[in-house]
Amino acid sequence: MTDLAIAANGLRKSYGDKAVLDGVDLAVPEGTIFALLGPNGAGKTTAVKILSTLVSPDPASGEIRVGGHDLAADPQAVRAAIGVTGQFSAVDGLITGEENMLLMADLHHLSRSEGRRVAAGLLERFDLVEAAKKPASTYSGGMKRRLDIAMTLVGGPRVIFLDEPTTGLDPRSRHTMWQIIRELVTGGVTVFLTTQYLEEADQLADRIAVLDGGRIVAEGTAEELKRLIPGGHVRLRFSDPAAYRRAVSALGEVTTDDEALALQIPSDGSQRELRSVLDRLDLAGIEADELTVHTPDLDDVFFALTGSAGLPRQSKESVR
Amino acid sequence: MSAPLAPARPSRLSLAVRDSRTMLRRNLLHARRYPSLTLNLLLTPVMLLLLFVYIFGGVMSAGIGGADRSDYIAYIVPGILMMTVGGTVIGTAVSVATDMNEGVIARFRTMAIHRGSVLVGHVVGSVLQCVASVALVGAVAVAIGFRSTDATALEWLAAFGLLTMFALALTWIAVGMGLASPNAEAAANSAQPLILLPLISSAFIPADSMPGWFRPIAEYQPFTPAIETLRGLLLGTGIGHNGWLAVAWCVGLTVLGYLWSTAQFSRDPK
Repeated sequence: MTDLAIAANGLRKSYGDKAVLDGVDLAVPEGTIFALLGPNGAGKTTAVKILSTLVSPDPASGEIRVGGHDLAADPQAVRAAIGVTGQFSAVDGLITGEENMLLMADLHHLSRSEGRRVAAGLLERFDLVEAAKKPASTYSGGMKRRLDIAMTLVGGPRVIFLDEPTTGLDPRSRHTMWQIIRELVTGGVTVFLTTQYLEEADQLADRIAVLDGGRIVAEGTAEELKRLIPGGHVRLRFSDPAAYRRAVSALGEVTTDDEALALQIPSDGSQRELRSVLDRLDLAGIEADELTVHTPDLDDVFFALTGSAGLPRQSKESVR
Repeated sequence: MSAPLAPARPSRLSLAVRDSRTMLRRNLLHARRYPSLTLNLLLTPVMLLLLFVYIFGGVMSAGIGGADRSDYIAYIVPGILMMTVGGTVIGTAVSVATDMNEGVIARFRTMAIHRGSVLVGHVVGSVLQCVASVALVGAVAVAIGFRSTDATALEWLAAFGLLTMFALALTWIAVGMGLASPNAEAAANSAQPLILLPLISSAFIPADSMPGWFRPIAEYQPFTPAIETLRGLLLGTGIGHNGWLAVAWCVGLTVLGYLWSTAQFSRDPK
């Protein structure tokens, strides 16, 4: 059995009578990237806040260990092992990027020369050398996030929490951030990240847990999660209603969308199955305007797992 | 947090001192880089000093039985200096409230640093700013003719000590106000009494010249005994029981502000 960087049993937190986390179990092996995936309000940030000692869990929670230390008994030891980059920028906007880094070095009790060396190295690594002498409040969103992570790394944490690290970033900054996160684990560091982007979890995480309404509704590797839901399909779209109707009768077992004049045929996306669909269309003399092959992705998992439970509750909330 | 520390770690005290020093450096850096808040707050006492001396000075001087304006300068300066402290700590309340809304405080809370260092940094920084502000306003007072008549070196030292104690007491209260406020505007509003209280103290006119029903308000508040004590130290007027009263107010407010602030800071953030 590998050592766990994060182990939580029955994590609970309620505000008033609203349960934000309702018995969440987590087990994250050392040196892996773990993604907590969920829609807004699922409780992702609360989970990070508890695991990073920022807020206390409800007394009914089971034991929580982070970095090998008991969260309740020795929070300072947990703090010494972790680094946190929250959802909202945790940089001091009034001072420069370099001063922010040196502040972190001082708080990690590095010597002056070591602090300067570490700060300079990280500013270089995160492409912030040019901006280092400017107040952090003048940074762009992507730069702030990079500075934020650079500050988190000053103390050499073994477990890093990243709460929605790419929310609000442009595509280029997002890819830069993904590269940074991948590099973090090469040194044996454990990364616990939350995201509402399925692609992000798919790209980065070794294991993914889907959080919805304060509960883990599914957990596994991206592949395992994808296997949980029905396979892929081929989607055909028509502009001519007559052709659409003929295709429906020619192909037999299909899911139809009369409004969009589109139909879906269950398929694993293999060459053989595709050819059989095309052959049948040719035989009936029908030409589709658009053909797309859809392999199951995490979006399907996400909607399948959180959709049925999530939608009615959401609509109830909007009525209130 | 009273977690037991592993023997390998440095002692709690040295950690606390080191982290507090780091936080103090951070706050002084803020103050140095953005001095406008502190300087704005100095305007009120300086304006009032000039207004009362040059516009109302003649009348006021007659009111306290003085011969000319210089008598009134002497009377008013101790109150103005205490008011300077009250004004400076408004800035403290504002910067604490602003700070608590910054994400960086959440970061500090998740780091293995001394918990109180964030507050200690603010408090020590604020007291140092008060001392600097009092020195600046004091320099203005001297420039327009304020002279200490008979203060000995020991009395100067006591005056400095009193101002520092008073600054510490009001600072802890202001830190509590800053923590209790949701934003900077609310902090500025709730700390407003700290600069208004001197107006209803013995800073500008003796308490016994006030209407009878109002006198208790002037007497039972921290500014009056502190001002009377400072006046006695610098100008040789009678201090009486005001000395002990001033010290008691300072200690009481410090303890109260400290307990209030630390209780708020150790609570789970919203």
